[in-house]
Amino acid sequence: MSGLALQNVVKEFGSFRAVNDVDLTVPHGTFVCMLGPSGCGKTTLLRMIAGLDLPTSGAIGLDGEDITRVPTHKRNLGMVFQSLALFPHLTVGENIAYPLRIRGAPKEDQRKRVDELLSMIHLSGYADRPVSKLSGGQRQRVAIARALAISPKLFLLDEPLSALDAKLREAMQVELRQLQQKLGITTIVVTHDQREAMTMADTVVVMNGGEIRQAASPIEIYRRPADSFVADFIGQTNLVEAETDRSGRVTVFGQPVPGLDLPAGAAKAMLSIRPEDVHLTAPGAGALTGTVTFVRDLGGTIETFVDVAGRQIVAVSTPRARPEVTVGQQVGIGLTPDVCVVLAK
Amino acid sequence: MRREPPRTLADYLPLFFPAGMLTIFFVVPFGTMIAVSFFQRQQGGFYTPAFVYDNYARFLSAFFGGVLGFSLMLAITVALCCVVLALPFTYLLTRMSRRVQVVWLVALLSVLSLSEVIIGFAWSTLFSRTAGITNILVALGLMGEAKALTPSFAAVLTGMVYQAFPYTVLVLFPALVRLDPTLTEAARTLGASPLRAFFTVVVPALRNTITATLIMVFIFALGSYLLPQLLGRPQHWTLSVLITDQAIYQSNMPFAAAMAVFLVLVTLGLVALTVLAGRRGEAA
Repeated sequence: MSGLALQNVVKEFGSFRAVNDVDLTVPHGTFVCMLGPSGCGKTTLLRMIAGLDLPTSGAIGLDGEDITRVPTHKRNLGMVFQSLALFPHLTVGENIAYPLRIRGAPKEDQRKRVDELLSMIHLSGYADRPVSKLSGGQRQRVAIARALAISPKLFLLDEPLSALDAKLREAMQVELRQLQQKLGITTIVVTHDQREAMTMADTVVVMNGGEIRQAASPIEIYRRPADSFVADFIGQTNLVEAETDRSGRVTVFGQPVPGLDLPAGAAKAMLSIRPEDVHLTAPGAGALTGTVTFVRDLGGTIETFVDVAGRQIVAVSTPRARPEVTVGQQVGIGLTPDVCVVLAK
Repeated sequence: MRREPPRTLADYLPLFFPAGMLTIFFVVPFGTMIAVSFFQRQQGGFYTPAFVYDNYARFLSAFFGGVLGFSLMLAITVALCCVVLALPFTYLLTRMSRRVQVVWLVALLSVLSLSEVIIGFAWSTLFSRTAGITNILVALGLMGEAKALTPSFAAVLTGMVYQAFPYTVLVLFPALVRLDPTLTEAARTLGASPLRAFFTVVVPALRNTITATLIMVFIFALGSYLLPQLLGRPQHWTLSVLITDQAIYQSNMPFAAAMAVFLVLVTLGLVALTVLAGRRGEAA
C-alpha cells in the first residue's frame, strides 16, 4: 500500500523502553501530528522513521517497501530539525541546493529549483545571503525549503516551530498546512503543542509513555477522547466519576443522570465534560449544585470555576451568554447525556 | 554590563604583572638575540659588539637554504599528517560516551607528559632491527627477516606526529564538541552518506579551527630538534639542530642568533600568508 506503515515498533535504550509496540498507518498525502508530553517517545519514533535511530524490533514500511534497515541517506526524505540545523558555512541558496548537489544534479537545475523554492517560501532574492543574517521565521522557511528540495516521499518535522514567538508560530502553522496541501506530501510533525496539532493535522496521534493512546482526526480526538489522558491532554476538560447506584441508575456526585449508559458490566467510569458544554443554571434547576469560586473574564471567553462537593468544575461561556454569577454564589449545573463522554479506563 | 574604559593608573595595575613577565622573559631575551645576530664573532672566543651583516650573509648559502627548506617541509608534513589523523579521530571521539572520552583524553594527556627524549628512544627501539616491530611482522609471516627502520625520514615523521598528535586532538576537541550534532544528521536526511556528511559539513564548518590547528602544529614541529637527531640521518636534521650545533658546539653565538631570527621571520611570514589566504577564502 502507498504510505507509511509502522508495525510493532519497539525502541529500547538500555532497560528503558522509549517506544513500546507502536502500530501506525499513515496513508499517502496525509498530515500527521504526533502529540505528547516530553519524554513520551514521539521524537524517538520520528527519528526511527528517518533512520537516525534503529528500532530494537518491529518494521517500518514506506510505499509497500520495508525500509527498517535502509540507511537514512537512501530514504529520500526531508526533515526539519528543532535546531533547524542550517549549515552555517553555506548561503541560503547553497543550503537549499545541498540535497541536489549531493545527488549530483546539474548546476543549472539546482539554480532553477532553488529559485522556485525561494519564491514558494516568499524569500526570492535571498539566495546569496548567509543564513546567520536571517530572522527566526526566515530561517524556519529556509529549513523547510531545504527539506522539500528533492520533493521527498516523506516530510518529517521535529518540533519545527518551537523556537518562534507565539504570533509567528500561529502564522507558520497555517502556512505549513497550506504548503502541505498544495504539495500533497505525506507529512509527520512532532509537537507538544496541541493547538499546533489541531491546526495542521489530518490525524492527531496522541502518545504517552512510549505508546499511542489515540490516533484519530482532531475533532474526533477532541469530541471522543479514548481515555482520561487524551481527554485531559487535548484542550481543557472536566473529569468526573460516574457510578451505578444500588437501584441501577447511573449517577454523578450522587445525582442520577437519566439516559447516560456506562460500558456493560462497569460499576464506575470516568466522564469527560468539556467546559463549553457545562451549562450554569439557577440553583436547584440543574442536576448538580455548587459554589462559584472564581470567575476568569478573558474578554473573548469567560471561565467560571465551580466547586461541586470538593471537585472543581470549569464552565466556559461566550460574552453573549455571560452567566450572571459572582464568587460565593450558588449555581446549578445542567448535565445531559450528550455532553458526557464516557472514557474507557 | 557595560565596561568602563580604564582611566587611572590603578586601573592598569592588573596588567603590570603579565606585562613585566613578558618583558623579562620574552622581549629582553629576544631583543638580545636580535642584537647578537648582528655582532662580530671572535675566532676561538666569544663575540664583540658590532653591526655586521656577515651572519645573515653566511646563512644565504645553498646548504643552509636546503636545511631551512627541509625544516619547513618537515613541519608542514607533520602538521598535515596530524590534522588528517586527528580530525576524524576527534570527531568520532566526541560521538562516544563520556566515559570513553575521558579514558582517551587521559591517555593522550599521558603521552604529553613524556619527554621528547623518551619518545625518541622508544621509537628508535621500536624501529630497530633487533627489538623492533619488524620482528612481529616476521613472526606473523608477513616479512622475510627483521630489519632496521631507523634512521630514516619516515621514522622522524612518525616520532614527530606521535608527539604532536595529542596537542592536535586537544585543540580540535572543544570545537568538535560544540559542533551541533544535528548538522550531520540533517546532512544524512538530505541524502549524504556519513562519510560525505563529514566532508561536506563537518570539515567546511570547522575550516577556521582546522587552519588554526595546522599553524599550531606547524610551529610546534618547527622547534623540534631531538627527534630528527635520534631517528634521522644528518640530512634529516632541522634548522633547530644546526642552531644548537652552532650555539653550543661551535661557540658561534652571532650566527646561531641570525639563524634563529631568520627562522622566526620565515615562520611569521608563513603564518601571515595562511591567515590571509583564509580571510580571502572567507570573503569569496
